[in-house]
Amino acid sequence: MMSDKVGLVIISHSPKIGDGVFELIKQVITGVPIAVAAGTDDNQIGTSMEKIIDAITQVDNGNGVLLMYDLGSAKMNAEMAIEFSESANVQLADHIPLVEGSYIAAVEANMGKSLQEIRNSLQKIELTEM
Amino acid sequence: MIILTVEQTKQWMQEIQKRMEANKEQLTALDQAIGDGDHGINMARGFNEVVNKIDDTEYDSVADVLKSAAMTLTAKVGGASGPLYGTAFLKMSMALQDKEVNQQNFKEAIDAALAGIKMRGNAEFGEKTMYDVWYQVAEFLASENVEDWEEMIEACQATIEDTREMVATKGRASYLKERTLGHVDPGSMSSFYIFEALVAVIEVGN
Repeated sequence: MMSDKVGLVIISHSPKIGDGVFELIKQVITGVPIAVAAGTDDNQIGTSMEKIIDAITQVDNGNGVLLMYDLGSAKMNAEMAIEFSESANVQLADHIPLVEGSYIAAVEANMGKSLQEIRNSLQKIELTEM
Repeated sequence: MIILTVEQTKQWMQEIQKRMEANKEQLTALDQAIGDGDHGINMARGFNEVVNKIDDTEYDSVADVLKSAAMTLTAKVGGASGPLYGTAFLKMSMALQDKEVNQQNFKEAIDAALAGIKMRGNAEFGEKTMYDVWYQVAEFLASENVEDWEEMIEACQATIEDTREMVATKGRASYLKERTLGHVDPGSMSSFYIFEALVAVIEVGN
């Protein structure tokens, strides 16, 4: 049933933020593949390329994967994960705030929107500085 | 002439690790002033992992040692330094693939690393980041037929001092804007230790 939907990865420096955003979405959306990649490998504050790659693999079912992130170095690790990942259609929601962006993306993915359609919707909340 | 062998590259990583461990508190203090205060711990942890990894591994080429370091740093450092240093060493590794390390090839590897940091960090020279030190090293290698590597260290030292007078526009420091004035950039400092370590192991040769 989940196989026709875009996958989401929530990337944060903080495991608590990552889990919190996931929880917020799960209250209303259950049909979208979502994985959290938050904190370093030992769950300290930071991000981990390996965790992001694992999360991509977990939610990728051939419909594309969208990566949401919080601060600067999360973006760098996300970009490296995209380069090293075996999944084909993985994109970064660049300059999109994590909480609001993840929520919108989950709602749209649940409607069966394509990766490009979701990215277009997110444009309206794009930050000029991040 | 070969200026860096597999064994010397492993020693380079060990010399970096010693410096990151010895200067952990200094790097952290610099980062507490203008960043998130974890640079010393992150760099020491990252290079401890690199040394653990390479000590237990046999390598056929300098490129393989650098690739191993790159993957470990990306995975273990945590902050922005992980992907940035990971990218730098990975690009060096790619540039040195199937090559021995003479001065020309080394220069090209540094140029590749510099381009990698620029791409990953979206950085320009003079923005108070590690990029400034790597840029200085690339400039030095472009203009000098190296007879004394110490001169490169002196050039890097001057660059670090220059970062004190800059306002950060990249990374966590950029949120502080003018408050970054008067502080040395921690990333340029850790990059300095990487090149100081290099000079401890590299040969002079054309």
